[in-house]
Amino acid sequence: MRTYLDFEKPVAELEGKVEELRRMGEADNAVAISEDITRLEEKASQALSDIYAALTPWQKTQVARHPQRPHFRDFCEGLISDFTPLAGDRKFGEDEAVMGGFGRFRGTPVCVIGQEKGSDTQARIRHNFGMARPEGYRKAVRLMELADRFGLPVLSFVDTAGAYPGIEAEERGQAEAIARSTETCLGLGAPSVALVIGEGGSGGAIAIATANKVLMLEHAIYSVISPEGAASILWRDSARAQDAATNMKITAQDLLKLGVIDRIVKEPVGGAHRDPQATIETAGDAISSALSDLAGKDPEALREHRAEKFLAIGRNL
Amino acid sequence: MNWISDVVRPRIKTLFKRETPENLWVKCPDTGQMVFHKEVEANLWVIPGSNHHLRINATDRLKITFDEGYEDIALRGVTADPLKFRDEKRYADRLRDARTKTGMQDAVKVGVGKVDGTVMTVAVQDFAFMGGSLGMAAGEAIVTAADTARERGTPFVLFVASGGARMQEGILSLMQMPRTTVALRRLRKARLPYIVVLTNPTTGGVTASYAMLGDVHIAEPGALIGFAGPRVIEQTIREKLPEGFQRAEYLKDHGMVDMVVPRTELKATIANLARIFMKQPAPESMAARDDAPVAKPAAAAEAGSTGAAKPGDAAKRSDAAAEAGKQTGKGEAAAAREAQPVASDTGDRATDQAPAKPA
Repeated sequence: MRTYLDFEKPVAELEGKVEELRRMGEADNAVAISEDITRLEEKASQALSDIYAALTPWQKTQVARHPQRPHFRDFCEGLISDFTPLAGDRKFGEDEAVMGGFGRFRGTPVCVIGQEKGSDTQARIRHNFGMARPEGYRKAVRLMELADRFGLPVLSFVDTAGAYPGIEAEERGQAEAIARSTETCLGLGAPSVALVIGEGGSGGAIAIATANKVLMLEHAIYSVISPEGAASILWRDSARAQDAATNMKITAQDLLKLGVIDRIVKEPVGGAHRDPQATIETAGDAISSALSDLAGKDPEALREHRAEKFLAIGRNL
Repeated sequence: MNWISDVVRPRIKTLFKRETPENLWVKCPDTGQMVFHKEVEANLWVIPGSNHHLRINATDRLKITFDEGYEDIALRGVTADPLKFRDEKRYADRLRDARTKTGMQDAVKVGVGKVDGTVMTVAVQDFAFMGGSLGMAAGEAIVTAADTARERGTPFVLFVASGGARMQEGILSLMQMPRTTVALRRLRKARLPYIVVLTNPTTGGVTASYAMLGDVHIAEPGALIGFAGPRVIEQTIREKLPEGFQRAEYLKDHGMVDMVVPRTELKATIANLARIFMKQPAPESMAARDDAPVAKPAAAAEAGSTGAAKPGDAAKRSDAAAEAGKQTGKGEAAAAREAQPVASDTGDRATDQAPAKPA
């Protein structure tokens, strides 16, 4: 069952008709219908590509949060072989909002880290909807330090609404955990590539997204605060999330212009959820090319590259 | 006694400076007790008796931290309003209003000068400027401050007060988290101490970056310090938060800050720590006073743990500095005669009565 977003309604209607005709065709074995099906399918795909060519920031927010959008787990399965997940921060506990481990990316041994939102109710609860507690960030630090010691590139997949705001998270130093994780990113002597696959939400995102190369899927969003959060603070009305999304410049296209990200990774027409496999492959190619750009740099050069890259952000607007 | 002196002069005065009635009383937000404003100022804006630490502006903070004058460090200009942002009001207008209100260019001021005889680079984040929010200008200021400390080989002391990232600058404000961290890493590599003083309030992206990356974390009593604000947490978990949650003392209990130090003892504590990290001798004038009484427990513990300083030294330095602080405080009071209460729009308890001086 495909989940349609509000603004996909015209497509939903057309595709619904196609389905209906198909069922009729199967029942009657009628030939004349196949022409109609083709015509309608063309119409539907045209509508879809028209809609997706002109998504508003708010629509992109919905696409970025689409329940069927590929998540960390899918990227990991699709891109990493011999993957061995590791668990725990060795300090307090295991936080499944941040997943990670070691494996091979197209043959190269790598460290992989990412936020996982979960794809069904049970998984969403287990992964806390991708909202990490301090343990998640401390696990990320632990994995990055391991990667650094063995000189393995770090690939991070960013997909979170933000770090979890709760009593225990505060009690155990959520802010310190995020700060330390960002700092660890900056200190890596191995190449790092971050890909924003869905939502890049605030400090919870930057904690694992401070990389040599920052890539973003075409319809992903990346922002200082969720549009709802901004709306409730700036407009004192969370219903103004659309305005916030529009004004905050959260789309991949805007961020490329602002010099915050290095590259946009194209999604299939209709968004990543229409063809996760193709999305994951394209992402793999982009990661691979980012890694080859960084090849041959020694640890100090990689740290300098990262430091200068971030210092330069905003200085030439 | 004529028309000029009776009518015109006072009118001109009220035009050019906002006058404070001599009998201004400050109400303690904790106890409701009324205190004479000069008394509060002389006590470094801490209410005597209740020990409530009022918020103070960046200029005053620099003044009470440095022994005497200091060098005002020039800050790098940034693109104003990069997103052409507008919510209920245009960001450009909000910025202009904040500048008029505070006399500051943005939320952070940086100075270099002597603190208890030791040269230090001090940066102060001022909550009065758009909630001390971290945008491009504040980020650049902190980078500049850390770089200045590194170039001059001084310790870096940062007084933090901020509601978090400046949302009107969107992702560019988020980018200040890694940017400031880059500068701090360089400072660390140069083996120079970075001391963070967390003041009321410190939350959001600021806490989740440079505020929690200090070599030493000092908090002012009662300061609210956290990642998510109390309201956000209450909305998320739908229960009431425990008493004292996210206050300085709570953070100390949970291992996130090293010490909670009253404002009147900050200067001595900072200077003592910095001198030990920098392997500098204790100032002679203070070392000479070996017969001074009572040790301040916090400072004595610091000295003891290094094994380098004589047990009494820290205490004496601390006493002497407290004295110096008091003197500065008295001097301030005179200079701060024009101080007046400025109602803040945050509604936070400490803002309401805080005397703030137009710079």
